[in-house]
Amino acid sequence: MFIGAIGCEPLQLARVHLENSHSLEVYRQHGGYESLRKVLTSMSPDDVISEVKKSALRGRGGAGFPTGMKWSFVPKDSPKPKYVVCNADESEPGTFKDRYLMERDPHLLIEGMLIAAYALGAKINYIYTRGEYRYLIDIMDHALEEARTAGLLGEKILGTDFSSEVYTHTGAGAYICGEETALLSSLEGLRGHPRMKPPFPAVSGLYASPTVVNNVETLTAVPDIIRLGGEAYQKLGTEKSGGTKLWSVSGHVNRPGVYELPMGYDDMEKFIMEDCGGMLGGKQLKAVIPGGSSVYIMRADQIIGKDVRMDYEGLVAGGSSVGSGGFIVMDETVDIFESTKNLTEFYKHESCGWCTPCREGTDWLVKVFKRIASGGGRPEDVQLMLDLCDNIEGKSFCPLGDAASWPIQSAIKRFPEDFRKHLVNVNGGPATNV
Amino acid sequence: MSQQLTQIQPMSQPVDIGDEVASFSAEVEAEIDRHLAKYPVMRSAILPLMFIVQRERGYLDAAGVAYLAKRLHLRITDIWEVATFYSMLNTTPVGKYHIQVCKTLSCKIMGEPGITEHICNKLGIRPGETTTEGRFTVSLVECLGSCGTAPMLQIGFDYHENLTREKVDQILDSLP
Repeated sequence: MFIGAIGCEPLQLARVHLENSHSLEVYRQHGGYESLRKVLTSMSPDDVISEVKKSALRGRGGAGFPTGMKWSFVPKDSPKPKYVVCNADESEPGTFKDRYLMERDPHLLIEGMLIAAYALGAKINYIYTRGEYRYLIDIMDHALEEARTAGLLGEKILGTDFSSEVYTHTGAGAYICGEETALLSSLEGLRGHPRMKPPFPAVSGLYASPTVVNNVETLTAVPDIIRLGGEAYQKLGTEKSGGTKLWSVSGHVNRPGVYELPMGYDDMEKFIMEDCGGMLGGKQLKAVIPGGSSVYIMRADQIIGKDVRMDYEGLVAGGSSVGSGGFIVMDETVDIFESTKNLTEFYKHESCGWCTPCREGTDWLVKVFKRIASGGGRPEDVQLMLDLCDNIEGKSFCPLGDAASWPIQSAIKRFPEDFRKHLVNVNGGPATNV
Repeated sequence: MSQQLTQIQPMSQPVDIGDEVASFSAEVEAEIDRHLAKYPVMRSAILPLMFIVQRERGYLDAAGVAYLAKRLHLRITDIWEVATFYSMLNTTPVGKYHIQVCKTLSCKIMGEPGITEHICNKLGIRPGETTTEGRFTVSLVECLGSCGTAPMLQIGFDYHENLTREKVDQILDSLP
């Protein structure tokens, strides 16, 4: 599997190929914790937030919300403790970038979290890691202990008056806990149900205190923003999407992996056909899901010859979105009805059950998919599925409902032939409700 | 870091502990204390503690759940409601080796069905079942974040990636 940067100098992936890249020694030999030193000795918390705003860094977990703005929502005058929580519950199908960041460069995450903690005045911070990534929790715990011993974590960091602690926390296998309010419920020891917004976590988050929840990739971008300056970091990308972005690539390409590209990389066809080594076995490209399973699926003819720019605006113009940056590339052998059924089963399994449209809707959708797959398809089933999606999308408590609907809606619209061929009753005789 | 441990009792009912309460060694108790020390609210430690109980007892049995309720000053139902929400917490026994094959899209199109078939044929069980001697359980699970190295499976907490049938044979045959 490939890990590295294309089209830019690596920032977040700068150290991943070094021997013992996970160790404090190697991290410090390559400039590690110097951004933290700069922040603690020469910048005010407001200066830090201002730099992050200038960087045009947008949340890398999927929603793409401007990070500096999210930080500025934390009330400065609140008497309550404040928390920085790192969302390492990476569970979006097709996404595995955070895993390699934590595995290869855990101190980069710790440094990013401490800079965020300084900017927001947080004394206790948590890294919420998905339970299956147990080995990463062990790596992070080891790195935290190294940092603590070296005076980089805990009381009076680097000899300054700033004290802050970072702890790891384990999830236990629930996709919904990647949604920030569900993550906070889970971190409080409850079922991972999302919460009503507002109040937003910045005002009332963990233990009803001001909390910032940021993805691993977002927080690991912060040390470079401080090192380069917000403006210089932004200029690596585009005006509205600053810096570089990690893309996880899987499926039918010759070189799957984690790619760091400048925001606005030109273009998606070149990325798949050249950078990722082209299609496996020389087969034809059929479809790409570019942002983790929750975004619109794209047809090959929306990519080939279309100069789709790889940033937030470019992918929307191209007919999808950045999401978590999880590219799932599919060749001509994939039946889009089957691939959509697979993802719908995922959302049904991961629906937390809190709200009716998502809980019941995803269950019904799977039933319809299964009936069609077993030969009981009816011509009106496409409309039935679209109606079900319409009753989930925008009507669910949290974005999981939208995430379950969009793959189906886009697949039906863009690959109608793959659905149509299943709606002919293959058993002969009238189609029945199996 | 000074931390005040708060005992959260969400409702005013008494803590209802079952007849049998599990007990653990001093080392395990110390490990549990280290987790509790991370949080200003005890209940936050519920997931890490559940994993410890599950590791020690094989799954979350009634005595283990009673222990958690007692240790965290919660009701039995508070523990069960969390235990039944998360897919990694087992409330029924599983085999010594829990083979979890990822079935989500990237693994699916890169050969998961053949891998699952091979494992099931080899062990003589279907997904969701445990071998009679209790050595293996096979489950199909959702995305484990190993899409670039698909197909993959996890045994316990260990990742096995870029699978082929031969590699699966090697992995299963090398288990103690």
